Amino acid sequence: MTPPTVYEPERWSRRALGPIFGLACLVATSSGVVVLSILLGAVVAAVVKGSPGGSAFAMLRHLMSSFQSVDPELAGFKAGLAGSLWLLGLVTVFAIPVGVGAAVFLEEYAPPGRLRRIVQLNIANLAGVPSIVYGILGLALFVRAFGMKRMALGPTLWAGGLTLGLLILPVIVIATQEALRTVPGSLRQAAMALGASRWQVVRDHVLPSAMPGILTGVILALSRAIGETAPLLMVGAAGAILRLPRGPSSRYTALPVEIYNYAKEPDPRFQGVAAGGILLLLALLLTMNATAIVIRNRYARSSRG
Amino acid sequence: MPISDILARPVESAPTPAESTVLTTNHLSVWYGASPALKDITIDIPRNRITALIGPSGCGKSTLLRSFNRMNDLIPGARMEGQITFDGQDIAAPEVDPVALRRRIGMVFQKPNPFPKSIYQNVAWGARINGYKGDMDDLVERSLRRAALWDEVKSKLNRSGLELSGGQQQRLCIARTLAVEPEVILMDEPCSALDPISTARVEDLMDDLKADYSIVIVTHNMQQARRVSDMTACMMLDDLSNGNGHRTGIVAEFSPTDRLFTNPKDPRTEAYITGRIG
Repeated sequence: MTPPTVYEPERWSRRALGPIFGLACLVATSSGVVVLSILLGAVVAAVVKGSPGGSAFAMLRHLMSSFQSVDPELAGFKAGLAGSLWLLGLVTVFAIPVGVGAAVFLEEYAPPGRLRRIVQLNIANLAGVPSIVYGILGLALFVRAFGMKRMALGPTLWAGGLTLGLLILPVIVIATQEALRTVPGSLRQAAMALGASRWQVVRDHVLPSAMPGILTGVILALSRAIGETAPLLMVGAAGAILRLPRGPSSRYTALPVEIYNYAKEPDPRFQGVAAGGILLLLALLLTMNATAIVIRNRYARSSRG
Repeated sequence: MPISDILARPVESAPTPAESTVLTTNHLSVWYGASPALKDITIDIPRNRITALIGPSGCGKSTLLRSFNRMNDLIPGARMEGQITFDGQDIAAPEVDPVALRRRIGMVFQKPNPFPKSIYQNVAWGARINGYKGDMDDLVERSLRRAALWDEVKSKLNRSGLELSGGQQQRLCIARTLAVEPEVILMDEPCSALDPISTARVEDLMDDLKADYSIVIVTHNMQQARRVSDMTACMMLDDLSNGNGHRTGIVAEFSPTDRLFTNPKDPRTEAYITGRIG
């Protein structure tokens, strides 16, 4: 008597399921591309519609060089663009050193244990906190300083930059930690075995090796900061500002805040203005991402060579 | 003489006769967390000789090697008991800086791990961070020549160290170690990732280097231990004597290499080298 066969290879379904899965993945990928094309198309169409007579480029130029106005023909984003660039600079200065520093400490210095796990868990949780909550925090902490008038920064660029800095800090910490973890332990050991101090190992080997990953994370985080509207509304980005910020203690407005303000105007001609603002914001984001790619490639090449 | 005087004595004044010892372990035991890795190791590593550590997997050869330059300090939960002296100085003494110790006791790893930098920078980096003030070009050339790599790389010093072959990478790692002028070189299975020709070159190099350096090499390859070493320590796992079933590394026998392989005193050594265990 022959024993019953244990193997029942379902060859047909196996062969069919592979391509089906591949196709599903392809659909998932193209859905992103399709959505992006629709978004760009819609925005560009709105801009073209909103710029009768003139070309879209002329309209963008006009939007970049004029302040806010109740007249859609005159309205623009000059103050918001300047405010967003200021915020970008301030956030870069606050969040990158602190975030990268915290990640280096957690990965390279902190002894493993309960305390490190608790800190780690909290950072991961902070990364998921809604941005409006950071806005309330920024309002209480930076704008009003819990009622201590001397310490309060008021609704200035300082307060906005610090709030956005706090918002993206956990993202930078986590991205940097991920990048540091990809640096092989053998590299650290090789350097330590030559009599290098921990700081020398981190400075000359770990950070340069992790730099492409760190830069990617940092640029993604900065892009998020640039696009945030809700926390800036909380910490007092102004609705109507008719001059450029003179320094970090000036009042300000930001590009997404202005887009929001224009978009809720009842006059339909403002829709074209808002769409133009979105194009400007997208252009800013794409420039940042392109810069990141260039820097990353340069780093990757120099660490190989 | 009070202990503090002995400890404060400069290392250079230690006696260095021809057959002196450079590293000594005295009842050394090492734990990783609660589990013991090495038990009661007492051996003397001779100066300007090649000492091989052989034995089956997991018997603590690498642990012993990494104790010598305190690389085990980097592993959380590792701790040691007993004493290791280097040139007569207790390496665990509070005034000994492990960073400074590691310059004087260099290490070559199992898998070649050059820095992702140029060949020149691979050699120069260790010297620079240790405050080398002399002519760097000269030091790089001397180190590469000493590691028998100069002729192969002299025309491409600015190319990445990662572009070299495995055997060349390992010699680059040796050159990098030589550039910080250590007294001892610890080698953790340096040839296990290399082909036979590269292995032969590294072995020739070791033989050449022992005039100036003391070498300790961990190897799984008993023929290699036999070919290159002067002294051999055969390590074993102890019998299940410590209750919890965890077995600990011990030194079964430590003898001149030719004697250990031809006339082993310890039956476990004999069983290992004849291939009955391990």
